[in-house]
Amino acid sequence: MREAGFVISREDWSLHPKGRLDQARHQQKVKEAIRRNLADLVAEESIILSDGKKVVKVPIRTLEEYRFRFDPGKQRHVGQGSGDERPGDVVARETGGSAPGRGPGAGDQPGIDYYEAELSVDELAEMIFEDLGLPNLQQKRKPELVSTGHEFNDVRRHGAMANLDKRRTLMEAFRRNALRGRPAFHPITPEDLRFKTWDEALEMQAAAVVLAMMDTSGSMGTFEKYIARSFYFWMVRFLRTRYRQVQIAFIAHDTRAREVSEQEFFTKGESGGTKCSSAYELALSLIQQRYPPDQYNIYAFHFSDGDNFPSDNARCVKLVQELLACCSAVGYGEIVNSRYATDSTLMSVYGKIDHPRFVRVTIREKSDVYPALRAFFRRQATDLAAAAMVGAPAGPWR
Amino acid sequence: MTDRELLELERWTERLVRRARAEGLDFYEMRFEVVPADVLYSVGAYGMPTRFSHWSFGKAFHRMKTEYDYNLSRIYELVVNSDPCYAFLLDGNTLAQNKLVVAHVLAHSDFFKNNWRFAGTSHFMMDNMAAHAERIARYEFRYGKEAVERLLDAALALAEQVDPHPVGPPSKPDDEEQEARAGAPARPSTPYDDLWELDRLLGPSPEDQSRTPATPATPRPGRRPLQGRAVGFAPPGREAGRRAEGQRDSLPRPAGARRHPVRPEKDLLRFIMQHSEYLEAWQRDVLAMVREEALYFWPQIETKIMNEGWATYWHAVLMRDEELGEAEALEFARMHAGVVQPHRLQLNPYLLGWKIFQSIEARWEHPGEEDRTRLGLPGGQGREKIFEVRQLETDVGFIRNYLTRSLVEELHLVTLVRRGDEWQVESTGWQQVRDALAARLANGGIPVIVVEDGDYDGKGELLLRHQYDGQELDLHHLERTLPYVFELWGRPVHLLTVVEGKQTLFSYDGESHQRTVA
Repeated sequence: MREAGFVISREDWSLHPKGRLDQARHQQKVKEAIRRNLADLVAEESIILSDGKKVVKVPIRTLEEYRFRFDPGKQRHVGQGSGDERPGDVVARETGGSAPGRGPGAGDQPGIDYYEAELSVDELAEMIFEDLGLPNLQQKRKPELVSTGHEFNDVRRHGAMANLDKRRTLMEAFRRNALRGRPAFHPITPEDLRFKTWDEALEMQAAAVVLAMMDTSGSMGTFEKYIARSFYFWMVRFLRTRYRQVQIAFIAHDTRAREVSEQEFFTKGESGGTKCSSAYELALSLIQQRYPPDQYNIYAFHFSDGDNFPSDNARCVKLVQELLACCSAVGYGEIVNSRYATDSTLMSVYGKIDHPRFVRVTIREKSDVYPALRAFFRRQATDLAAAAMVGAPAGPWR
Repeated sequence: MTDRELLELERWTERLVRRARAEGLDFYEMRFEVVPADVLYSVGAYGMPTRFSHWSFGKAFHRMKTEYDYNLSRIYELVVNSDPCYAFLLDGNTLAQNKLVVAHVLAHSDFFKNNWRFAGTSHFMMDNMAAHAERIARYEFRYGKEAVERLLDAALALAEQVDPHPVGPPSKPDDEEQEARAGAPARPSTPYDDLWELDRLLGPSPEDQSRTPATPATPRPGRRPLQGRAVGFAPPGREAGRRAEGQRDSLPRPAGARRHPVRPEKDLLRFIMQHSEYLEAWQRDVLAMVREEALYFWPQIETKIMNEGWATYWHAVLMRDEELGEAEALEFARMHAGVVQPHRLQLNPYLLGWKIFQSIEARWEHPGEEDRTRLGLPGGQGREKIFEVRQLETDVGFIRNYLTRSLVEELHLVTLVRRGDEWQVESTGWQQVRDALAARLANGGIPVIVVEDGDYDGKGELLLRHQYDGQELDLHHLERTLPYVFELWGRPVHLLTVVEGKQTLFSYDGESHQRTVA
């Protein structure tokens, strides 16, 4: 081939991973960028309303490769028209962040100033929950060993024919035949048989219950309900993914409290006055009936706009203290709509409660939801030991 | 491609290479590599089979690969400017597609070998880049991936700010300058001194200067008069680096020990690499590598339309003369049509370059009345002329000299401007189109930014100036790029440009941005 001046070759490029490695690094940087924007994403409508199924698109501004360049919007571009354009004709329109190829330009793509990362709600949840945990988790009773299924994780020479590992059996037969100089899958002899065997996957039952209380009175506007629901949306997701055995009780209240289904809790709107004590009373009675504190880690969270009947406030303080006596943590989130910012009532009276397991959060805008989650599910160093003891983060017990 | 197809491609290529040579194409020895898609896209993203690691290449790789996977666009080939010339063919192409690609690629190789702008590029860049990759990987091991990535982020942000056409001597390293200031031996004069002197006289346009009488661009009293002379620049690292390591805390320097570029210096990356007191030797080395690679790619940026046009011209010519079966002829026609398909409101460089080469050949072969009288063309020189053009022009000259009225009209080229959210046709006049396109292609379409003062305000700060030619900078990008300059310079940095007709100074001090309208 030398004299012809060319060579054609096809080599093995399977060990050429650079593109993938740098791609992984890029992906990692995208995630870091998302992580920095979590506060905004947590209360993102498209995610909360997505039913947890959708892949969401997250605009990331940080992964642009910045350099000195001309402002494409102020440049004179040259493009190819169809022949009937006249000066002054409008030939394209920018819509939001324009997509490649929509705006004109000599070979470049003006107008794109962000990179859209796609990620699933699960991935997002994973990042949000990264260092969250149930606070003050304690061992409440003897850990119960619960079998959660079987895991095939070994291969043996004997076993039930139903568990025959066909691939390995064939490989054994092939190897044995090959050793005798006749590489073939036949014949198969009994000593070639290989069987899969299993272990029972055991898991500790974490005994915990979350009492999710929400004010659904008339004063809770769309914004307030939205905030409360997005908090609970992530809370429920968080508890379900991290703790397999956590129970959640949903309590909605106006002047009266009632236990509702999850579906109702997240969708129904109500109206009427507000008596927060009703919710606490119901919570306490549920604890009494169903969740004895010596067996359960109990968490009580309440969201309200703080607009309570003033005469009810003293009773609320008393009940919160009762809850604190039997709960691992009690949280109160007050959603303040800046439009009608008044001197809040409930938050101010709760300000006097000084208890290490009582957490108060004020939410003024969507981006406060994430800090609220972090405040309520702040895992303390001492909890880690307890959590390990109870086997709280779900996973097979070995 | 099956092995049988590969053999046929080989036989066919042999014939094609002979024919292409007979037509006058003069290319490097060719190495065709048939590769799977992700290798092709990795070469595309990195610009080279082996190059240092950086997430931005991963991002490009990901985008190309995704577009390929979703069948949105595909690259058929990639050619590396090297000797021998490496061309990567997609394994997934049909035999017929790869035949056309081989013809296309031979012309690219001819272009690399003969266009004057490529004369200075290293033919061993593949090996150089592989060596760079290894050296940078070693720095990662030694100084940490994070530190190297941070440095590369900054270096790559400035990679376009180099000077591919240096005319005078580079700004001198520190010692020599100080030596000169201390009254060191007189320099030998050269026959070119008067030319260097022109740079100073013509340098920053008088218009700009008159508009900004108080800006730092005007020479301050006490500045050493310019003296031109050819000085080889010392390689980075070594003494400069060693000195810097010990000198971190010695800023600001005593008065009188000022250091400037002797005239505005376009090669920002080199200036920083040589004169930043903040960088360590290994960091200078990385900047030098990034700069070397950027300079290697620069001619490709400047000749995109010509290079693609040339390759398209030749695959069309070579294929036209082949005897093809019906199915194969149809596939070639379809593929060629795809390559030269007009993009709505954008320019397709393959189409534009191809059309211009065709038009040049036609005019010089059969000149019209006007060309005959005005240019004195005798006719019959078509082929000769296009070979000359491919050798002597870059895109700017290609457009300026050969984009004719009839081509602008035939291709329906227009100029477009943005008003509010709308893109409007500004002009359909052929000269306006030609001039606008040439203006856009100037300096590879990249703003010219020069180092005005390396000791701005006597505080060791860096003053850059955008050589404003009517096109304003992207301020969003500007404010995010300045921190990278700061990252490398280690002291506050400033950039002077024009925003909405007003001289504006952008400053970044490591923490916050400031904008001052002069």
